[in-house]
Amino acid sequence: MGMNLTLKVWRQKGPEDTGRMVTYRVEDVSPDMSFLEMLDVLNERLILEGDDPVAFDHDCREGICGMCGMVINGVAHGEQVATTTCQLHMRHFEDNAVITIEPWRAAPFPVVKDLVVDRSAFDRIIQAGGFVSVPAGSAPDAHSVPVKKVDADAAFDAATCIGCGACVAACPNGSASLFTAAKITHLSLLPQGQPERDSRAKAMVEQMDAEGFGGCTNTGECTAVCPKGIPLDTIAQMNRDYLKASK
Amino acid sequence: MTTKYTEGEPIRDTKAPEGPIEDRWEKRKFGAKLVNPANKRKLNVIVIGTGLAGGSAAATLGELGYNVKSFCYQDSPRRAHSIAAQGGINAAKNYRGDGDSTYRLFYDTVKGGDFRARESNVYRLAQVSVNIIDQAVAQGVPFAREYGGLLDTRSFGGAQVSRTFYARGQTGQQLLLGAYQALERQIAAGTVEMHTRHEMLDLIVSDGRARGVIVRDMVTGEIERHIADAVVLASGGYGNVFFLSTNAKGCNTTAIWRAHRRGAMFANPCYTQIHPTCIPVSGDYQSKLTLMSESLRNDGRVWVPVKAGDDRPVSQIPEDERDYYLERIYPAFGNLVPRDIASRAAKNVCDEGRGVGPGGLGVYLDFADAIRRLGRDAVEKKYGNLFEMYERITGEDPYTQPMRIYPAVHYTMGGLWVDYDLQSTIPGLFVIGEANFSDHGANRLGASALMQGLADGYFVLPTTIGDYLADGPYGEVDEEAVAEAEIAVREKINKLLSNNGDRTADSYHRELGKLMWDYCGMERTEESLRKALERIPELREEFWKNVKVSGEADELNQALERAGRVGDFFDLAELMCIDALHRTESCGGHFRAESQDADGEALRDDENFAYVAAWEYGEQGPVLHKEDLDYEYVKMSQRSYK
Amino acid sequence: MTATIERGSATARVNPPAGAAAKTTKSGRPGGLLGSSNGKKAVMAVTGAILVLFLIVHMAGNLKSFFGAESFNAYAEFLRTTGEPILPRRVVLTVLEVVLVAAVGLHMWSAVSLARRARKARPVKYAAKRKSQAGGYAVHTMRYGGVIIALFVIWHLLDMTFGAVNPAGRDSTPYERLVQGFDPSRWWVTVFYVVAVIMVGLHLRHGLWSAFQTLGLAGGRSYRPLKGIAAAISVVLVLGFLTVPVAVMVGAIK
Ligand SMILES: Cc1cc2nc3c(=O)[nH]c(=O)nc-3n(C[C@H](O)[C@H](O)[C@H](O)COP(=O)(O)OP(=O)(O)OC[C@H]3O[C@@H](n4cnc5c(N)ncnc54)[C@H](O)[C@@H]3O)c2cc1C
Ligand code: HEM
Ligand code: HEM
Ligand code: SF4
Ligand code: F3S
Ligand code: FES
Repeated sequence: MGMNLTLKVWRQKGPEDTGRMVTYRVEDVSPDMSFLEMLDVLNERLILEGDDPVAFDHDCREGICGMCGMVINGVAHGEQVATTTCQLHMRHFEDNAVITIEPWRAAPFPVVKDLVVDRSAFDRIIQAGGFVSVPAGSAPDAHSVPVKKVDADAAFDAATCIGCGACVAACPNGSASLFTAAKITHLSLLPQGQPERDSRAKAMVEQMDAEGFGGCTNTGECTAVCPKGIPLDTIAQMNRDYLKASK
Repeated sequence: MTTKYTEGEPIRDTKAPEGPIEDRWEKRKFGAKLVNPANKRKLNVIVIGTGLAGGSAAATLGELGYNVKSFCYQDSPRRAHSIAAQGGINAAKNYRGDGDSTYRLFYDTVKGGDFRARESNVYRLAQVSVNIIDQAVAQGVPFAREYGGLLDTRSFGGAQVSRTFYARGQTGQQLLLGAYQALERQIAAGTVEMHTRHEMLDLIVSDGRARGVIVRDMVTGEIERHIADAVVLASGGYGNVFFLSTNAKGCNTTAIWRAHRRGAMFANPCYTQIHPTCIPVSGDYQSKLTLMSESLRNDGRVWVPVKAGDDRPVSQIPEDERDYYLERIYPAFGNLVPRDIASRAAKNVCDEGRGVGPGGLGVYLDFADAIRRLGRDAVEKKYGNLFEMYERITGEDPYTQPMRIYPAVHYTMGGLWVDYDLQSTIPGLFVIGEANFSDHGANRLGASALMQGLADGYFVLPTTIGDYLADGPYGEVDEEAVAEAEIAVREKINKLLSNNGDRTADSYHRELGKLMWDYCGMERTEESLRKALERIPELREEFWKNVKVSGEADELNQALERAGRVGDFFDLAELMCIDALHRTESCGGHFRAESQDADGEALRDDENFAYVAAWEYGEQGPVLHKEDLDYEYVKMSQRSYK
Repeated sequence: MTATIERGSATARVNPPAGAAAKTTKSGRPGGLLGSSNGKKAVMAVTGAILVLFLIVHMAGNLKSFFGAESFNAYAEFLRTTGEPILPRRVVLTVLEVVLVAAVGLHMWSAVSLARRARKARPVKYAAKRKSQAGGYAVHTMRYGGVIIALFVIWHLLDMTFGAVNPAGRDSTPYERLVQGFDPSRWWVTVFYVVAVIMVGLHLRHGLWSAFQTLGLAGGRSYRPLKGIAAAISVVLVLGFLTVPVAVMVGAIK
């Protein structure tokens, strides 16, 4: 009594391969399965048939590591709001549905294989300045600097970004603004982030450009697919910090 | 049969300094040799893992000026499994003035660990805990705060003081991002060289010292050798030996198991923590289990129907036919008994046929009373995100019907044996975080794993490893040792790929996991363990003959990655069962049905088992080395939560 | 009780020089404000704002045509004579025109350069039809709409300012050009104006609040009011502009 599905999956052997959509049937899918468990079932079958399983990134399978992610029917992480691919369950699909599955598409996220892309550009954006410089052991007592609860909460909201890259995948400009803005905002709102605030904003924005991400035209697709609902005002905060730093 | 093990020399020296316990760490720090700053650049350190332990260690070592290489199997160091920790991190800050102190945290941890942890280590952990919070706050970790602007804390499983710092339900994430950012800063500074999507497959031991690792580039399949003056393993826990656990899918034992094969002793492998509040299994396809924060037990009431086999819907079960069994059996602690006790109680009622949900493997966690008492809004404020997560996974609304929960494997207290310096029995091999066995004894308290990982990585290891490195650089490495390790790795991969059998690695892993859960899970008996020890070698043999892995060696091949890990899980599973079988007492996360009191509570046997069981790998079966545990400061007593 | 760790004096470089990592990356674009996508966006926002101010004044001026030829021509004349006698005739207007041309030029330069960057960042399209999750139409209307507006402005200048394509010819008053330009017989010109003005409205509906966002002046609770104000200004501008050609068409202005 499970569901029967037709999957159209992007298959690409490696970075050099051109890649193509391949159609698979999956039968007897339980509505309680997660999307990745459904792909597990397909992969088990492919392995036994001597085929390459569909490669996809995943680890925690509970929506926090940011490793998983694919574009499902044209929407990054699928249509379920505020949900990572690993938390998406099959009960949201109809029996006999045709599901298209593609990797994140953006030049700075080259495809490694099938649905796996290289997101190391994000790490380099953090390297450019997404930190507070504190050597271990040199920190003052945690209570020496009180932080207003509202600021701490707002910083936390921005800090929940899981670095999945759905924002880039959804943005028509291939912009990494939401990701970059989330980190800049997180640190800008806290007193600990102030000393490096200007250099951080400048360096991270410039790195984002250097990686080849597009600019933001405030289309808002990113925040709509973001599994953590990172809000657009982080981008305003980034712009503010950047312009101030560039004066 | 491999239940045979031999007993070797006991371990006498753990390198902990003598003297009053408060001064030991200070003494060790002073006694540790310092490395000449000019030499640090010439000293290479490999760190496997970028979780709280590995990430903080690599960042700190880089900061100190060593030449560090860091490895993880994910595509970014930020995704290490530590990211998933929810509840919080303990620290003896006593910001509440509620009577907390280093000594009390030390005491609670030793007691919580059921008197199977080393006093010196635990005391140091409690001392360092306060620095962790300072460090994290300075990095910009957005801990929860009160309106006054100061840090908020809460109390957590088994503690009577409020010492758990938290960042909503995402404490692990925020702490890991702090460590990750520190690490990225060092990468930019050129002191740390990062290798993501690289899996460690063997340890290089040359002249009796750990000198490097063999890793596989998971994208190109290339087998690489990396040489260093010291190797740090921070590869996390091995709970995935049970297939289903709350751990991330990629968590594995390969790194520590390979090190064990090369001579590092494995301590207390059988100590496994089962977490009582997880979402139950819903079908055979299930790939992992999801933890629901323990904090839910503050307001939720646990119950099952009084009658076995009662499958009426909740609304039709009258109040007097519900058994709130935790409140009934443990009136003093009620729903808040420690993890191991709550887990076993759930298992017992399900074994009696009173479980609820698919397969009868679940108990209710009911918020109806809390909603009535506090109002839906208040409940939503407190637990909204958890309720949402539950609904997302099960499709059921926990506001209108009770949650179903069941225990699941969560954490492994066992790991590679280390001394006070966190050095294993192979000189130059250091082990930190969940990968070692050090601080939690037979049972870990909630919110203490994050504390230990960061204590090890930021504060302890950077000092103690200096003492070892001060005698370096260690010169040329024996080429034969490297080649031998590399060949072994290649052979294993070729074996897996050329097998052409008819079962997938996952299907073997599932079978092994079920076997371990049934026979070496929440409750163990001599009989069940013997059964497991009979079956595991058979299954392992079949696995190596019959597993099917498609694809090639020189490409991204996830089937191959999994198969390799499963192979090591088989070996580990066997050692776990041997350890569980030899320890005929019950303690902490290890419950032997034969050793319980009249009320069914765990019965320790301090006379015979107050030791750490450190296993040495031997071709003729494992060799047991005992490290006796002396309690000078905390008096051993039977735990009671009635 | 302390547990700080001892360390040697030579710690690693604490602050990687800003942008150190940037230099090591593949494309190595020039940095600086105008080189960055955020900088370009800021240019677009500032120039866009200048253009919006112009449009508001322009619309108000156009409405003067309802008060008859003198009033309208006087306004056109006023534009040319402000600053006299201190400044020669048309100096202020010329300065304004230069600013406008510069603004349009910079605005278009940023738009084109950002669009090209975006295309490079997103070389492969999705096979599944993209479903907009934000209900956003912004990218298409902004880019293609912008092009239509640009074409319109060229035509419009030839038409109203220079009279080159206007039946009233070069040597006419602005009022004559206005009345004859929107003559019912030239309905297709009017249609083009209507379309263009609506495009401008759409452009501004997004552009106005977007400019605030770009300059970092938006956030939190200000989005709803900002978007409301943007929509209101757009509607006022569209209606204000359209009444004139419509009035000419129906003979209210002649
Ligand atoms: C759901 C959940 C909730 C938890 N909540 C809490 C909590 O609230 N409080 C608390 O104190 N503890 C909690 N814990 C426990 C705690 O999160 C872990 O014990 C701790 O994070 C382990 O950290 P680690 O650094 O030792 O290892 P991990 O974070 O597991 O990191 C392991 C690293 O090693 C790498 N690695 C592993 N194998 C290899 C290999 N072969 N080659 C190369 N790299 C490898 C991985 O890539 C990864 O980077 C929780 C655990 C779970 C599962
Ligand atoms: C000449 C042709 C034009 C083109 C090609 C063009 C193109 C664009 C584009 C692509 C954007 C970016 C959209 C975004 O940031 O979300 C934009 C923004 C904007 N445009 Fe234009 N535009 C043109 C003319 C105009 C005119 C005539 C005006 C004013 C009357 C105007 C006002 C604005 C404003 C205010 C913005 C918002 C800037 C921002 O978001 O930061 N534009 N334009
Ligand atoms: C239906 C609406 C419009 C009417 C009736 C109208 C009318 C006119 C007239 C009569 C002039 C000539 C003024 C003079 O020579 O003194 C003019 C100039 C101009 N118009 Fe419009 N216009 C309209 C819409 C627009 C729009 C939408 C734009 C821009 C997007 C625009 C941009 C300009 C410019 C740039 C000039 C030249 C200004 C100058 O030379 O100082 N107009 N317009
Ligand atoms: S901002 Fe949102 S979508 Fe983008 S990486 Fe972070 S969590 Fe993912
Ligand atoms: S979708 Fe893209 S255009 Fe900006 S608002 Fe989001 S980054
Ligand atoms: S697998 Fe971790 S977020 Fe999906």
